[in-house]
Amino acid sequence: MELFTNQILAGISTGAIYACMALAVVMIYQAIDHLNFAQGEMAMFSTFISWQMMQWGVPYWLAFVLTLIFSFIAGIAIERVLFKPLAKAPILTNVAGFIALYSIINSCAGLIWDFTIKQYPTPFGSAPFLGSQLISTHQAGMIGITLLMLLGLFFFFQYTRMGLAMRAAAAMPESARLVGINTSWMIALGWGMAAAIGSVAGMMIAPVVFLEPNMMLGVLIYGFAAAVLGGLTSPFGAVVGGFLVGIFENLVGTYIPGVGNELKLPIALALIITVLVIKPAGLFGRPIVKRV
Amino acid sequence: MTAMLNIKDLRSYYGQVQALHGLSFALNEGSLTTLLGANGAGKTTTLRAICNMVRSTGAIEFDGSSLMGRSTESIVRLGIAHVPQGRGTFTSLTVEENLQLGAISRRDRAGIIADIERMYGYFPVLKERYTQQAGTLSGGEQQMLAVARALMLKPRLMLLDEPSFGLAPLIVRDLFKILGRINREEKVTILVVEQNAQLALELADQAHVIETGRIVMSGGAKEIANNEDVRKSYLGY
Repeated sequence: MELFTNQILAGISTGAIYACMALAVVMIYQAIDHLNFAQGEMAMFSTFISWQMMQWGVPYWLAFVLTLIFSFIAGIAIERVLFKPLAKAPILTNVAGFIALYSIINSCAGLIWDFTIKQYPTPFGSAPFLGSQLISTHQAGMIGITLLMLLGLFFFFQYTRMGLAMRAAAAMPESARLVGINTSWMIALGWGMAAAIGSVAGMMIAPVVFLEPNMMLGVLIYGFAAAVLGGLTSPFGAVVGGFLVGIFENLVGTYIPGVGNELKLPIALALIITVLVIKPAGLFGRPIVKRV
Repeated sequence: MTAMLNIKDLRSYYGQVQALHGLSFALNEGSLTTLLGANGAGKTTTLRAICNMVRSTGAIEFDGSSLMGRSTESIVRLGIAHVPQGRGTFTSLTVEENLQLGAISRRDRAGIIADIERMYGYFPVLKERYTQQAGTLSGGEQQMLAVARALMLKPRLMLLDEPSFGLAPLIVRDLFKILGRINREEKVTILVVEQNAQLALELADQAHVIETGRIVMSGGAKEIANNEDVRKSYLGY
Protein backbone atom coordinates (compact mmCIF):
# COMPACT_ATOMS: atom_id res chain seq x y z
CA MET A 1 0.00 0.00 0.00
CA GLU A 2 2.82 2.35 0.84
CA LEU A 3 4.40 1.66 -2.53
CA PHE A 4 1.08 2.50 -4.17
CA THR A 5 0.67 5.82 -2.31
CA ASN A 6 4.28 6.59 -3.01
CA GLN A 7 3.83 6.03 -6.74
CA ILE A 8 0.64 8.11 -6.84
CA LEU A 9 2.39 11.03 -5.13
CA ALA A 10 5.45 10.72 -7.36
CA GLY A 11 3.05 10.61 -10.32
CA ILE A 12 1.36 13.80 -9.18
CA SER A 13 4.69 15.60 -8.86
CA THR A 14 5.94 14.68 -12.35
CA GLY A 15 2.37 15.11 -13.54
CA ALA A 16 2.61 18.74 -12.45
CA ILE A 17 5.43 19.21 -14.94
CA TYR A 18 3.51 17.44 -17.71
CA ALA A 19 0.56 19.67 -16.85
CA CYS A 20 2.73 22.76 -17.38
CA MET A 21 4.02 21.51 -20.72
CA ALA A 22 0.54 20.47 -21.82
CA LEU A 23 -0.83 23.85 -20.83
CA ALA A 24 1.90 25.64 -22.78
CA VAL A 25 1.17 23.48 -25.83
CA VAL A 26 -2.58 24.07 -25.55
CA MET A 27 -2.17 27.83 -25.17
CA ILE A 28 -0.29 28.06 -28.45
CA TYR A 29 -2.61 25.54 -30.09
CA GLN A 30 -5.60 27.67 -29.12
CA ALA A 31 -3.99 30.78 -30.53
CA ILE A 32 -2.64 29.49 -33.85
CA ASP A 33 -4.04 25.95 -34.32
CA HIS A 34 -0.62 24.33 -34.47
CA LEU A 35 1.29 22.10 -32.07
CA ASN A 36 4.53 23.68 -30.94
CA PHE A 37 7.08 20.87 -31.28
CA ALA A 38 9.76 23.24 -30.00
CA GLN A 39 7.99 23.91 -26.70
CA GLY A 40 10.32 21.55 -24.83
CA GLU A 41 13.45 22.98 -26.39
CA MET A 42 12.35 26.51 -25.50
CA ALA A 43 11.91 25.33 -21.90
CA MET A 44 15.30 23.62 -21.97
CA PHE A 45 17.00 26.77 -23.25
CA SER A 46 15.33 28.85 -20.53
CA THR A 47 16.55 26.36 -17.94
CA PHE A 48 20.09 26.73 -19.25
CA ILE A 49 19.77 30.51 -18.98
CA SER A 50 18.80 30.20 -15.32
CA TRP A 51 21.64 27.73 -14.74
CA GLN A 52 24.11 30.14 -16.37
CA MET A 53 22.92 32.97 -14.16
CA MET A 54 23.36 30.81 -11.07
CA GLN A 55 26.88 29.92 -12.26
CA TRP A 56 27.55 33.66 -12.31
CA GLY A 57 26.42 33.87 -8.70
CA VAL A 58 22.83 35.04 -9.06
CA PRO A 59 20.68 33.61 -6.22
CA TYR A 60 18.15 30.90 -7.19
CA TRP A 61 14.89 32.81 -6.91
CA LEU A 62 16.25 35.92 -8.62
CA ALA A 63 17.50 33.72 -11.47
CA PHE A 64 14.06 32.05 -11.53
CA VAL A 65 12.23 35.35 -11.94
CA LEU A 66 14.71 36.73 -14.46
CA THR A 67 14.35 33.53 -16.49
CA LEU A 68 10.57 33.89 -16.49
CA ILE A 69 10.94 37.41 -17.86
CA PHE A 70 13.53 36.29 -20.42
CA SER A 71 11.31 33.41 -21.59
CA PHE A 72 8.27 35.66 -21.87
CA ILE A 73 10.13 38.13 -24.08
CA ALA A 74 11.81 35.36 -26.10
CA GLY A 75 8.43 33.70 -26.70
CA ILE A 76 7.02 36.94 -28.05
CA ALA A 77 10.12 37.46 -30.21
CA ILE A 78 9.85 33.96 -31.72
CA GLU A 79 6.22 34.58 -32.62
CA ARG A 80 6.92 37.98 -34.15
CA VAL A 81 9.93 36.87 -36.18
CA LEU A 82 9.00 33.34 -37.23
CA PHE A 83 5.33 32.49 -36.85
CA LYS A 84 3.56 35.78 -37.51
CA PRO A 85 4.81 35.75 -41.12
CA LEU A 86 3.66 32.10 -41.37
CA ALA A 87 0.18 32.81 -40.02
CA LYS A 88 -1.53 32.29 -43.38
CA ALA A 89 0.85 29.61 -44.63
CA PRO A 90 -0.22 25.95 -45.04
CA ILE A 91 0.04 23.55 -42.11
CA LEU A 92 3.15 21.80 -43.40
CA THR A 93 5.02 25.10 -43.68
CA ASN A 94 4.29 25.72 -40.02
CA VAL A 95 5.34 22.20 -39.08
CA ALA A 96 8.63 22.75 -40.90
CA GLY A 97 9.01 26.00 -38.97
CA PHE A 98 8.50 24.23 -35.65
CA ILE A 99 10.97 21.46 -36.51
CA ALA A 100 13.51 24.06 -37.61
CA LEU A 101 13.02 25.95 -34.37
CA TYR A 102 13.42 22.69 -32.45
CA SER A 103 16.77 21.82 -33.96
CA ILE A 104 18.06 25.40 -33.95
CA ILE A 105 17.46 25.78 -30.22
CA ASN A 106 18.75 22.29 -29.47
CA SER A 107 21.97 22.82 -31.43
CA CYS A 108 22.54 26.30 -30.04
CA ALA A 109 22.22 25.00 -26.48
CA GLY A 110 24.67 22.21 -27.31
CA LEU A 111 27.06 24.71 -28.87
CA ILE A 112 26.98 27.11 -25.94
CA TRP A 113 26.79 24.69 -23.01
CA ASP A 114 27.80 21.36 -24.69
CA PHE A 115 26.01 18.05 -24.29
CA THR A 116 27.43 16.85 -20.98
CA ILE A 117 24.96 16.29 -18.17
CA LYS A 118 24.90 18.98 -15.50
CA GLN A 119 23.61 19.06 -11.95
CA TYR A 120 20.77 21.52 -11.43
CA PRO A 121 19.97 22.82 -7.96
CA THR A 122 16.62 22.59 -6.24
CA PRO A 123 15.55 25.37 -3.89
CA PHE A 124 13.47 22.96 -1.84
CA GLY A 125 16.15 20.43 -0.90
CA SER A 126 15.56 16.70 -1.23
CA ALA A 127 14.83 15.70 2.36
CA PRO A 128 11.66 13.72 3.14
CA PHE A 129 8.67 16.09 3.06
CA LEU A 130 7.26 16.68 6.57
CA GLY A 131 9.19 13.67 7.79
CA SER A 132 7.29 11.37 5.47
CA GLN A 133 9.10 8.89 3.26
CA LEU A 134 6.36 9.14 0.67
CA ILE A 135 7.46 12.32 -1.05
CA SER A 136 10.53 14.54 -1.06
CA THR A 137 10.54 18.26 -0.43
CA HIS A 138 11.50 18.87 -4.05
CA GLN A 139 8.52 16.87 -5.30
CA ALA A 140 6.25 18.77 -2.91
CA GLY A 141 7.79 22.03 -4.11
CA MET A 142 7.17 21.08 -7.74
CA ILE A 143 3.50 20.47 -6.98
CA GLY A 144 3.25 23.67 -4.96
CA ILE A 145 4.84 25.91 -7.60
CA THR A 146 2.70 24.41 -10.35
CA LEU A 147 -0.53 24.83 -8.40
CA LEU A 148 0.41 28.41 -7.55
CA MET A 149 1.05 29.17 -11.21
CA LEU A 150 -2.15 27.45 -12.37
CA LEU A 151 -4.13 29.43 -9.83
CA GLY A 152 -2.54 32.65 -11.02
CA LEU A 153 -3.33 31.81 -14.64
CA PHE A 154 -6.90 30.92 -13.74
CA PHE A 155 -7.43 34.30 -12.09
CA PHE A 156 -5.74 36.09 -14.97
CA PHE A 157 -7.95 34.47 -17.61
CA GLN A 158 -11.16 34.51 -15.60
CA TYR A 159 -11.08 37.89 -13.90
CA THR A 160 -8.93 40.35 -15.85
CA ARG A 161 -9.88 42.25 -18.98
CA MET A 162 -6.66 41.23 -20.68
CA GLY A 163 -7.40 37.60 -19.93
CA LEU A 164 -10.91 37.99 -21.32
CA ALA A 165 -9.52 39.63 -24.45
CA MET A 166 -7.08 36.75 -24.94
CA ARG A 167 -9.83 34.16 -24.55
CA ALA A 168 -12.00 36.06 -27.03
CA ALA A 169 -9.16 36.36 -29.55
CA ALA A 170 -8.46 32.62 -29.34
CA ALA A 171 -12.11 31.60 -29.59
CA MET A 172 -13.28 33.91 -32.37
CA PRO A 173 -10.53 36.05 -33.91
CA GLU A 174 -12.75 37.93 -36.35
CA SER A 175 -15.33 38.87 -33.73
CA ALA A 176 -12.49 39.87 -31.42
CA ARG A 177 -11.16 42.31 -34.01
CA LEU A 178 -14.67 43.72 -34.37
CA VAL A 179 -14.74 44.73 -30.71
CA GLY A 180 -11.34 46.38 -31.11
CA ILE A 181 -9.00 43.66 -29.83
CA ASN A 182 -5.57 43.53 -31.45
CA THR A 183 -5.65 39.76 -32.00
CA SER A 184 -2.16 39.65 -33.46
CA TRP A 185 -0.68 40.91 -30.17
CA MET A 186 -2.89 38.55 -28.18
CA ILE A 187 -1.26 35.66 -30.07
CA ALA A 188 2.20 37.04 -29.30
CA LEU A 189 1.23 37.41 -25.66
CA GLY A 190 0.04 33.79 -25.66
CA TRP A 191 3.43 32.72 -26.97
CA GLY A 192 5.18 34.72 -24.28
CA MET A 193 3.06 33.18 -21.54
CA ALA A 194 3.46 29.67 -22.95
CA ALA A 195 7.23 30.11 -23.04
CA ALA A 196 7.24 31.33 -19.42
CA ILE A 197 5.06 28.41 -18.27
CA GLY A 198 7.39 26.01 -20.09
CA SER A 199 10.42 27.56 -18.42
CA VAL A 200 8.90 26.88 -15.00
CA ALA A 201 8.43 23.25 -16.03
CA GLY A 202 12.05 23.09 -17.20
CA MET A 203 13.48 24.60 -14.03
CA MET A 204 11.37 22.32 -11.83
CA ILE A 205 12.15 19.08 -13.68
CA ALA A 206 15.86 19.79 -14.24
CA PRO A 207 16.96 18.58 -10.76
CA VAL A 208 15.23 15.27 -11.55
CA VAL A 209 16.25 14.58 -15.15
CA PHE A 210 19.51 16.61 -15.01
CA LEU A 211 20.36 19.49 -17.26
CA GLU A 212 21.36 18.75 -20.88
CA PRO A 213 20.07 19.83 -24.29
CA ASN A 214 17.85 16.76 -24.76
CA MET A 215 16.34 16.81 -21.29
CA MET A 216 12.87 17.95 -22.38
CA LEU A 217 12.28 15.47 -25.19
CA GLY A 218 10.55 12.88 -23.02
CA VAL A 219 8.82 15.51 -20.94
CA LEU A 220 7.36 17.15 -24.04
CA ILE A 221 6.03 13.84 -25.37
CA TYR A 222 4.31 13.28 -22.04
CA GLY A 223 3.07 16.85 -22.27
CA PHE A 224 1.59 16.10 -25.70
CA ALA A 225 0.02 12.92 -24.33
CA ALA A 226 -1.49 14.97 -21.50
CA ALA A 227 -2.80 17.63 -23.88
CA VAL A 228 -4.34 15.02 -26.18
CA LEU A 229 -5.85 13.13 -23.24
CA GLY A 230 -7.39 16.25 -21.71
CA GLY A 231 -8.37 17.73 -25.05
CA LEU A 232 -6.32 20.18 -27.12
CA THR A 233 -9.12 22.73 -26.93
CA SER A 234 -9.29 22.77 -23.14
CA PRO A 235 -6.60 24.34 -20.91
CA PHE A 236 -8.33 22.81 -17.89
CA GLY A 237 -8.30 19.42 -19.61
CA ALA A 238 -4.59 19.78 -20.35
CA VAL A 239 -3.83 20.28 -16.67
CA VAL A 240 -5.98 17.35 -15.56
CA GLY A 241 -4.45 15.28 -18.37
CA GLY A 242 -0.97 16.16 -17.12
CA PHE A 243 -1.65 14.82 -13.64
CA LEU A 244 -3.38 11.71 -14.99
CA VAL A 245 -0.52 10.91 -17.34
CA GLY A 246 2.00 11.39 -14.51
CA ILE A 247 0.14 8.96 -12.27
CA PHE A 248 -0.45 6.51 -15.12
CA GLU A 249 3.22 6.53 -16.07
CA ASN A 250 4.32 5.73 -12.53
CA LEU A 251 1.76 3.02 -11.90
CA VAL A 252 2.45 1.27 -15.19
CA GLY A 253 6.20 1.45 -14.58
CA THR A 254 5.79 -0.04 -11.13
CA TYR A 255 3.12 -2.70 -11.52
CA ILE A 256 3.40 -4.00 -15.05
CA PRO A 257 6.42 -6.27 -15.25
CA GLY A 258 8.82 -5.58 -18.05
CA VAL A 259 7.95 -1.92 -18.33
CA GLY A 260 11.08 -0.24 -17.10
CA ASN A 261 12.37 3.16 -18.04
CA GLU A 262 12.96 1.91 -21.57
CA LEU A 263 9.28 1.37 -22.29
CA LYS A 264 7.94 4.48 -20.57
CA LEU A 265 8.04 6.69 -23.66
CA PRO A 266 6.31 4.20 -25.95
CA ILE A 267 3.57 4.06 -23.34
CA ALA A 268 3.02 7.80 -23.65
CA LEU A 269 2.84 7.45 -27.42
CA ALA A 270 0.49 4.48 -27.16
CA LEU A 271 -1.70 6.61 -24.90
CA ILE A 272 -1.80 9.38 -27.52
CA ILE A 273 -2.86 6.92 -30.21
CA THR A 274 -5.47 5.27 -27.98
CA VAL A 275 -7.09 8.58 -27.10
CA LEU A 276 -7.04 9.74 -30.71
CA VAL A 277 -8.78 6.56 -31.82
CA ILE A 278 -11.35 6.30 -29.03
CA LYS A 279 -12.11 9.91 -28.13
CA PRO A 280 -10.36 12.29 -30.53
CA ALA A 281 -11.55 15.42 -28.72
CA GLY A 282 -10.04 14.24 -25.42
CA LEU A 283 -11.70 14.07 -22.03
CA PHE A 284 -12.65 17.74 -21.80
CA GLY A 285 -12.25 19.01 -25.35
CA ARG A 286 -14.96 20.14 -27.68
CA PRO A 287 -15.26 18.12 -30.87
CA ILE A 288 -14.16 20.28 -33.73
CA VAL A 289 -16.89 20.73 -36.28
CA LYS A 290 -16.12 22.55 -39.48
CA ARG A 291 -18.95 23.97 -41.56
CA VAL A 292 -18.49 23.25 -45.23
CA MET B 1 -25.49 68.53 -42.50
CA THR B 2 -21.96 67.19 -42.75
CA ALA B 3 -21.21 63.68 -43.91
CA MET B 4 -19.89 61.47 -41.15
CA LEU B 5 -18.91 58.65 -43.46
CA ASN B 6 -17.93 59.33 -47.03
CA ILE B 7 -17.31 56.48 -49.47
CA LYS B 8 -15.97 57.24 -52.93
CA ASP B 9 -15.30 54.91 -55.84
CA LEU B 10 -14.97 51.85 -53.61
CA ARG B 11 -13.76 48.69 -55.37
CA SER B 12 -13.41 45.50 -53.36
CA TYR B 13 -11.97 42.15 -54.30
CA TYR B 14 -12.17 38.57 -53.04
CA GLY B 15 -9.03 37.14 -54.58
CA GLN B 16 -9.46 37.73 -58.33
CA VAL B 17 -13.18 38.35 -58.07
CA GLN B 18 -14.29 41.95 -57.94
CA ALA B 19 -17.36 42.44 -55.73
CA LEU B 20 -17.73 46.22 -55.68
CA HIS B 21 -17.33 48.28 -58.84
CA GLY B 22 -16.85 51.90 -57.84
CA LEU B 23 -19.46 52.33 -55.17
CA SER B 24 -20.03 55.79 -53.66
CA PHE B 25 -22.33 57.15 -50.99
CA ALA B 26 -22.27 59.26 -47.85
CA LEU B 27 -23.86 58.94 -44.43
CA ASN B 28 -25.04 61.97 -42.50
CA GLU B 29 -24.44 62.19 -38.79
CA GLY B 30 -27.49 60.94 -36.89
CA SER B 31 -29.09 59.29 -39.90
CA LEU B 32 -30.50 55.80 -40.12
CA THR B 33 -29.68 54.46 -43.53
CA THR B 34 -30.46 51.15 -45.16
CA LEU B 35 -28.67 49.42 -47.99
CA LEU B 36 -30.99 47.35 -50.14
CA GLY B 37 -30.12 44.89 -52.83
CA ALA B 38 -30.43 41.33 -54.04
CA ASN B 39 -28.22 38.48 -52.88
CA GLY B 40 -24.66 39.00 -54.04
CA ALA B 41 -25.17 42.66 -54.88
CA GLY B 42 -22.38 43.70 -52.51
CA LYS B 43 -24.18 44.81 -49.34
CA THR B 44 -22.14 42.74 -46.93
CA THR B 45 -18.96 43.51 -48.83
CA THR B 46 -19.64 47.23 -48.39
CA LEU B 47 -19.85 46.83 -44.61
CA ARG B 48 -16.76 44.62 -44.57
CA ALA B 49 -14.85 47.16 -46.67
CA ILE B 50 -15.64 49.93 -44.18
CA CYS B 51 -13.91 47.85 -41.45
CA ASN B 52 -11.08 46.82 -43.80
CA MET B 53 -12.01 43.16 -43.75
CA VAL B 54 -11.78 42.80 -47.51
CA ARG B 55 -9.12 44.09 -49.92
CA SER B 56 -10.35 47.38 -51.38
CA THR B 57 -9.31 50.46 -53.27
CA GLY B 58 -10.98 53.86 -53.37
CA ALA B 59 -11.64 56.25 -50.49
CA ILE B 60 -13.47 55.78 -47.20
CA GLU B 61 -13.44 58.76 -44.86
CA PHE B 62 -14.79 58.84 -41.33
CA ASP B 63 -15.00 62.33 -39.81
CA GLY B 64 -12.71 63.53 -42.57
CA SER B 65 -9.88 61.08 -41.94
CA SER B 66 -9.19 58.12 -44.18
CA LEU B 67 -9.91 54.57 -43.04
CA MET B 68 -8.01 52.96 -45.91
CA GLY B 69 -5.11 50.81 -44.77
CA ARG B 70 -6.05 50.96 -41.08
CA SER B 71 -6.42 47.69 -39.18
CA THR B 72 -9.91 46.44 -38.38
CA GLU B 73 -9.40 46.85 -34.65
CA SER B 74 -8.18 50.43 -34.95
CA ILE B 75 -11.18 51.31 -37.12
CA VAL B 76 -13.49 49.83 -34.49
CA ARG B 77 -11.74 51.89 -31.83
CA LEU B 78 -12.68 55.07 -33.71
CA GLY B 79 -16.27 54.31 -32.70
CA ILE B 80 -17.50 52.14 -35.55
CA ALA B 81 -19.34 49.09 -34.21
CA HIS B 82 -19.97 46.29 -36.68
CA VAL B 83 -22.52 43.54 -36.07
CA PRO B 84 -21.52 41.02 -38.71
CA GLN B 85 -23.62 38.45 -40.50
CA GLY B 86 -24.08 35.50 -38.16
CA ARG B 87 -23.86 38.00 -35.27
CA GLY B 88 -20.26 37.29 -34.23
CA THR B 89 -21.33 36.14 -30.79
CA PHE B 90 -18.59 34.71 -28.54
CA THR B 91 -20.56 31.51 -28.10
CA SER B 92 -18.27 29.87 -25.53
CA LEU B 93 -18.33 32.92 -23.24
CA THR B 94 -21.12 34.13 -20.98
CA VAL B 95 -23.62 36.84 -21.86
CA GLU B 96 -21.98 39.27 -19.45
CA GLU B 97 -18.50 38.49 -20.82
CA ASN B 98 -19.82 39.25 -24.30
CA LEU B 99 -20.98 42.65 -23.09
CA GLN B 100 -17.65 43.26 -21.33
CA LEU B 101 -15.88 42.45 -24.58
CA GLY B 102 -17.96 45.05 -26.40
CA ALA B 103 -16.43 47.64 -24.10
CA ILE B 104 -12.91 46.16 -24.12
CA SER B 105 -11.41 49.25 -25.77
CA ARG B 106 -12.90 51.59 -23.15
CA ARG B 107 -11.14 52.62 -19.96
CA ASP B 108 -14.00 54.03 -17.85
CA ARG B 109 -14.81 51.19 -15.45
CA ALA B 110 -17.82 52.89 -13.84
CA GLY B 111 -19.24 53.84 -17.22
CA ILE B 112 -18.97 50.26 -18.43
CA ILE B 113 -20.87 48.90 -15.43
CA ALA B 114 -23.56 51.52 -15.90
CA ASP B 115 -23.79 50.72 -19.60
CA ILE B 116 -24.22 47.00 -18.95
CA GLU B 117 -27.18 47.87 -16.73
CA ARG B 118 -28.52 50.13 -19.48
CA MET B 119 -28.31 47.22 -21.97
CA TYR B 120 -30.25 45.05 -19.54
CA GLY B 121 -32.84 47.86 -19.61
CA TYR B 122 -33.10 47.66 -23.40
CA PHE B 123 -33.01 43.85 -23.43
CA PRO B 124 -34.37 42.49 -20.11
CA VAL B 125 -33.98 38.90 -21.34
CA LEU B 126 -30.19 39.33 -21.32
CA LYS B 127 -30.25 40.15 -17.62
CA GLU B 128 -32.07 36.91 -16.88
CA ARG B 129 -29.37 35.00 -18.74
CA TYR B 130 -26.23 36.94 -17.87
CA THR B 131 -24.23 33.95 -16.55
CA GLN B 132 -25.39 31.68 -19.35
CA GLN B 133 -23.13 30.67 -22.25
CA ALA B 134 -24.03 32.93 -25.15
CA GLY B 135 -24.17 29.95 -27.52
CA THR B 136 -27.16 28.59 -25.62
CA LEU B 137 -29.30 31.67 -26.33
CA SER B 138 -32.01 31.56 -28.97
CA GLY B 139 -31.41 33.28 -32.30
CA GLY B 140 -33.39 36.35 -31.30
CA GLU B 141 -31.62 36.62 -27.96
CA GLN B 142 -28.26 36.27 -29.67
CA GLN B 143 -29.16 39.09 -32.05
CA MET B 144 -30.13 41.28 -29.09
CA LEU B 145 -26.83 40.38 -27.46
CA ALA B 146 -24.98 41.30 -30.64
CA VAL B 147 -26.66 44.72 -30.78
CA ALA B 148 -26.04 45.26 -27.06
CA ARG B 149 -22.39 44.23 -27.47
CA ALA B 150 -21.99 46.72 -30.30
CA LEU B 151 -23.55 49.49 -28.18
CA MET B 152 -21.10 48.77 -25.36
CA LEU B 153 -18.42 50.34 -27.55
CA LYS B 154 -20.30 53.66 -27.27
CA PRO B 155 -20.18 53.79 -31.04
CA ARG B 156 -20.82 56.85 -33.17
CA LEU B 157 -21.61 54.66 -36.13
CA MET B 158 -23.18 51.23 -36.03
CA LEU B 159 -23.10 48.83 -38.99
CA LEU B 160 -25.64 46.01 -38.93
CA ASP B 161 -25.55 43.12 -41.37
CA GLU B 162 -28.99 41.56 -41.78
CA PRO B 163 -30.16 41.80 -38.18
CA SER B 164 -33.47 40.15 -39.11
CA PHE B 165 -31.85 37.01 -40.51
CA GLY B 166 -33.44 33.85 -39.14
CA LEU B 167 -35.67 35.64 -36.65
CA ALA B 168 -39.41 35.37 -36.14
CA PRO B 169 -41.34 38.40 -37.54
CA LEU B 170 -42.49 39.60 -34.10
CA ILE B 171 -38.95 39.55 -32.76
CA VAL B 172 -37.74 41.45 -35.81
CA ARG B 173 -40.34 44.18 -35.14
CA ASP B 174 -39.14 44.53 -31.53
CA LEU B 175 -35.53 44.62 -32.59
CA PHE B 176 -36.16 47.30 -35.20
CA LYS B 177 -38.08 49.41 -32.69
CA ILE B 178 -35.09 49.29 -30.40
CA LEU B 179 -32.75 50.21 -33.27
CA GLY B 180 -34.96 53.24 -33.94
CA ARG B 181 -34.77 54.24 -30.27
CA ILE B 182 -30.99 53.85 -30.23
CA ASN B 183 -30.76 56.08 -33.29
CA ARG B 184 -32.98 58.79 -31.80
CA GLU B 185 -32.09 58.65 -28.12
CA GLU B 186 -28.40 57.83 -28.24
CA LYS B 187 -27.70 59.73 -31.46
CA VAL B 188 -25.95 56.71 -32.98
CA THR B 189 -25.72 56.85 -36.75
CA ILE B 190 -26.87 53.51 -38.13
CA LEU B 191 -26.23 51.77 -41.43
CA VAL B 192 -28.28 48.61 -41.77
CA VAL B 193 -28.10 46.04 -44.55
CA GLU B 194 -31.41 44.22 -44.94
CA GLN B 195 -33.13 41.60 -47.03
CA ASN B 196 -36.42 42.55 -45.42
CA ALA B 197 -36.77 45.70 -47.52
CA GLN B 198 -40.23 46.65 -46.35
CA LEU B 199 -39.30 46.71 -42.70
CA ALA B 200 -35.98 48.40 -43.37
CA LEU B 201 -37.65 51.18 -45.35
CA GLU B 202 -40.19 51.77 -42.55
CA LEU B 203 -37.35 52.13 -40.08
CA ALA B 204 -34.82 54.13 -42.10
CA ASP B 205 -34.80 57.73 -43.16
CA GLN B 206 -32.32 57.24 -46.02
CA ALA B 207 -31.92 54.34 -48.44
CA HIS B 208 -29.48 53.24 -51.12
CA VAL B 209 -30.09 50.45 -53.60
CA ILE B 210 -27.10 48.34 -54.68
CA GLU B 211 -26.96 46.32 -57.87
CA THR B 212 -23.87 44.36 -58.91
CA GLY B 213 -21.50 46.38 -56.77
CA ARG B 214 -22.79 49.86 -57.62
CA ILE B 215 -25.33 52.23 -56.08
CA VAL B 216 -28.16 52.52 -58.58
CA MET B 217 -30.58 54.61 -56.56
CA SER B 218 -30.40 56.84 -53.47
CA GLY B 219 -32.86 58.94 -51.61
CA GLY B 220 -35.19 59.32 -48.68
CA ALA B 221 -36.64 56.04 -47.46
CA LYS B 222 -40.22 57.07 -48.22
CA GLU B 223 -39.36 58.19 -51.70
CA ILE B 224 -37.52 54.92 -52.40
CA ALA B 225 -40.40 52.92 -50.98
CA ASN B 226 -42.75 54.61 -53.42
CA ASN B 227 -40.53 54.03 -56.42
CA GLU B 228 -42.15 51.69 -58.91
CA ASP B 229 -39.00 49.68 -59.71
CA VAL B 230 -38.03 49.22 -56.09
CA ARG B 231 -41.53 48.10 -55.25
CA LYS B 232 -41.48 45.53 -58.00
CA SER B 233 -38.00 44.24 -57.29
CA TYR B 234 -37.71 44.35 -53.53
CA LEU B 235 -41.14 44.82 -52.00
CA GLY B 236 -43.06 42.48 -54.24
CA TYR B 237 -46.18 44.54 -55.04
